[in-house]
Amino acid sequence: MEQPNQTYIDNLSGGDASFKQQLIDVIKKEFPEEQKEYFNNYNAQNFKLAADNVHKLKHKISILGLEKGYEVAVNYENSLLESKFDYKNEFESILDTITSYLETL
Amino acid sequence: MNCIVIDDEATARIIISQLCSNVPSLNVLEDFPNAMQAIKYLNQNKVDLIFLDIHMPDFTGFDFIETLKNPPKIILTTSDPNFAIQAFEYDCIVDYLVKPITQARFDKAIVKAEAKQNTVKKTVNAEKVEATSGNDLYVNIDRRLIKIDIPSIYLVEANGDYIQVKTEDKNYTVHSTLKKIVEKLPDDLFLKVHRSYVINVKKIIDIEDNSVLIKKDVIPVSRSNRPELMKRLNLL
Repeated sequence: MEQPNQTYIDNLSGGDASFKQQLIDVIKKEFPEEQKEYFNNYNAQNFKLAADNVHKLKHKISILGLEKGYEVAVNYENSLLESKFDYKNEFESILDTITSYLETL
Repeated sequence: MNCIVIDDEATARIIISQLCSNVPSLNVLEDFPNAMQAIKYLNQNKVDLIFLDIHMPDFTGFDFIETLKNPPKIILTTSDPNFAIQAFEYDCIVDYLVKPITQARFDKAIVKAEAKQNTVKKTVNAEKVEATSGNDLYVNIDRRLIKIDIPSIYLVEANGDYIQVKTEDKNYTVHSTLKKIVEKLPDDLFLKVHRSYVINVKKIIDIEDNSVLIKKDVIPVSRSNRPELMKRLNLL
């Protein structure tokens, strides 16, 4: 399965360790909040809002270099807007992968 | 260029600020997690460029643009490439960046913004109130005399070293003063109602205590100018 990486973050940081840590800290803070909001909205059947949450999460998926994961998020966001749940399991599995990865940083 | 960043995602705001920090000509004044805070800021401050997220809850980037009377240059930042066509319906939008944004792509957008900035400056500097001829006022734009039909002017607004001449069809930014343009406009049609505003009295829609409504603009009327305004009206 595709694994997260820091290629984009390293390129953006350009060797600035302090900025890199700042960015990682913000992602580590924001990601669980967005993930929680997504599950809350999904469980409450607010699928439009859940799609908004997926939209925001997909930026972090792309920052962490998950190219296939990004495609899954795009498809899942579109299906949620039609109250369909294709790609749900795949998407939530990506969230798990990111959660585990962020714990290592 | 002084700029601000509007994005509901903190990660995106930090990334855009970092991209800006690598461009010497950019100065990030503030960043905002929502459009409402940015609107309040823009009521008090002038910026040259806005990095604007489209997809925000409650108030989208496009809603935000619609609230701006004279929008500065805007670079849209989004995770959704599907809005590109809609984006280019707005003259103020100079580019459209899809997240995650790389420095190389960001730099290209800044080159476009700077090119547009230089074009606007050149145009504004070249504009001068030249002369009137009958019902026409001529302004010099890039060495061409552009004719403005005087009765179509509904408002002239002073803005620093410039005046905005607003007509039914188009607005013109001219390097001049209210005093100079008043001398060129017919007294029976135009009246200075405030130190920053000259109005076409025929275009008034309604009047409240200290303001007049012209088209969609609410214009303040100073106490000293109010008696003259009232004299001009055909009151019942």
